[in-house]
Amino acid sequence: MKTKKTVVPFALRSSVAALALTLGLAIAMPSQAQISDGVVRIGVLTDMSGAYSDLAGPGAVIAAHMAVEDFIARQKPAFKIDIVSADHQDKGDIASNKAREWFDRGQVDVVTELVSSTTALAVMKVAKEKNKIALITGAGSSRITNTDCNDVSVHWVYDTYATGNGTGKAVVKQGGKTWYFLTADYAFGQSLERDTTAVIEANGGKVLGSVRHPFPSTDLSSYLLKAQASGAQVIGLANAGADTINSIKQASEFGITPKQTLAGLLMFITDINSLGLKATQGMYLTEAFYWDMNPETRAWSKRFYARHKKMPTMVQAGLYSAITHYLEAVKAVNSDDTQKVMAQMKKMPVNDFFARNGKIRNDGLMMHDMYLMQVKKPSESHYPWDYYNVRATIPAADAFQPLSQSRCPLVHK
Amino acid sequence: MIEIFGVPLLALAGQLLLGLVNGSFYALLSLGLAVIFGMLNIINFAHGAFYMLGAFAAWMLLDNFGIGYFGALVLAPILVGAVGILAERLLLKRLYRLDHLYGLLLTFGLALILEGLFRDRFGVSGETYDVPDVLEGALNLGFMALPKYRVWVVGFSSLVCLATWLVIEKTRLGSYLRAATENPQLTQAFGVNVPLMVMLTYGFGVGLAALAGVMAAPIFQVSPLMGSNLIIVVFAVVVIGGMGSILGAIVSGLALGVVEGLAKVYYPEASATVVFVIMAIVLILRPAGLFGKEK
Repeated sequence: MKTKKTVVPFALRSSVAALALTLGLAIAMPSQAQISDGVVRIGVLTDMSGAYSDLAGPGAVIAAHMAVEDFIARQKPAFKIDIVSADHQDKGDIASNKAREWFDRGQVDVVTELVSSTTALAVMKVAKEKNKIALITGAGSSRITNTDCNDVSVHWVYDTYATGNGTGKAVVKQGGKTWYFLTADYAFGQSLERDTTAVIEANGGKVLGSVRHPFPSTDLSSYLLKAQASGAQVIGLANAGADTINSIKQASEFGITPKQTLAGLLMFITDINSLGLKATQGMYLTEAFYWDMNPETRAWSKRFYARHKKMPTMVQAGLYSAITHYLEAVKAVNSDDTQKVMAQMKKMPVNDFFARNGKIRNDGLMMHDMYLMQVKKPSESHYPWDYYNVRATIPAADAFQPLSQSRCPLVHK
Repeated sequence: MIEIFGVPLLALAGQLLLGLVNGSFYALLSLGLAVIFGMLNIINFAHGAFYMLGAFAAWMLLDNFGIGYFGALVLAPILVGAVGILAERLLLKRLYRLDHLYGLLLTFGLALILEGLFRDRFGVSGETYDVPDVLEGALNLGFMALPKYRVWVVGFSSLVCLATWLVIEKTRLGSYLRAATENPQLTQAFGVNVPLMVMLTYGFGVGLAALAGVMAAPIFQVSPLMGSNLIIVVFAVVVIGGMGSILGAIVSGLALGVVEGLAKVYYPEASATVVFVIMAIVLILRPAGLFGKEK
């Protein structure tokens, strides 16, 4: 396992503070005494080479560095900021061991990214035990802010409720009343199926059945045939990454589409890029971010593109937003103490190119608007990565699970 | 309609056909592994990586040179086979005198390097390769639409498997090969160029993997990880069939594809595990595999 370490230059050294003290001057300058060991150290724990490395991975590490560089240029903080990164290989045990090592011996203050729900749920527990912060951008399970919630974790970008909700509602409203699910057989897939089922039923639709396939699967045709035999109008893909890609590819091979509609309940722009518009045109999906929405998103995304050669996914853009917000909170309270920083992060609204008036709830969910996208036809796409029509903005209050339905013990205390 | 354990007979038939398609890939890949193990005594862990190289070769031939599917079906195995021969000459050759484990470690390392290079260059999401025009569309079997391309996969790979088996078991060349496996020194003494045969056998085995890769390209996403997803199952197939047994590799490849297909119908959650359960049972009852000979 590789651990890359980058020391970011900083403005003031402890010698300055010491000098000020010796001279006996009561200078009102930020002292470093409050930042443990003088460094704010951010651990980016992600999938660097596996199934989710395109949507998070190396691009997420680049986004983290951009966030730190921009923060230093803008705020000229009196503390050092350091980024370490490692590959968790989508395995819960590797992720929690790495997080433990970072917290115990690496002076890491916050672990972030954590794509794949298994790793996120595992690391949240370690963070709680060590009283450190976990900022989750890549994982999607709604358990993160429900049964498994805690007061040191924030879920930043999306959850299965939001993506399933947006797409599920839109498709049911278009007339797709009967559904069949292809579900990846692990925490994330099951949670996506459960959340979307609730939305479908609430909107007058009906779920005819589902099949749970092992993760990962290369040949999904057998499950697709079951879905076809069910006669459902819509086949909901409660899986992600390569499984979703192969499902879409094989559905068209077996002539299942366009007779039955596919609904990707969690898809990323990198999936669309890989499959091409011919295979994906017309599909609905729900995203927290699209690079081509407004001048701010375009400006940031083009800078990102210059370094990564791919446009950012919502996970990568969200990671930039999460780290920036964290650093602003550390600066505001002049401390890296977990409880103080968490309180400050919950107090400040999140306003950047990623989120407008975002707010962190008590269950740890960062509330922000989501967007319903429809994939463009090949003829509508005029330049590279021109993939989506933004069909609707889903206000935060509609996009996410209402606090009243939360199963998080912190909410009903 | 007749039902078997609650599943309509025709739907079951459809699922078994699909199992046979996957079984063809298993057979083709495990055949290459069996040939290599039989001749070289090398457990070729790089087999999955060569399968992936075959798929990428097809994609690159189309993307860069406009060479279509059927051209790739001939060219990709030759190109990838040549890469295999290079690896045999430069690396593997040095390990024949040593324990199996060294070959296994070397080829495993080779697989990691190849996959890493492609992952770095192409990312994990992969590239899309379309079904060739001639084989586009589906046959309507009444109870299901069977894509023509999948029929082609079963037919063509069975043909290749059969031809390979005939060459090794029934021709003079095959008898040299088998002789060189039994006793290389003696065969060499009879004037057969054993090192050359070993080199070409490895190239051929790798070529088979690449051929499977080309055939997989239109069905699965062409991605750097496609080989490592498959290779462990293929090893289980080889162990079940009996290490080094050509017929065992072919028969158990097809059979396990069908068994996996059945698992997908009755208990999908177990479909990724069923092959390994069978492997464990076979190893307990017949440690040399179903078609293997005790040494």
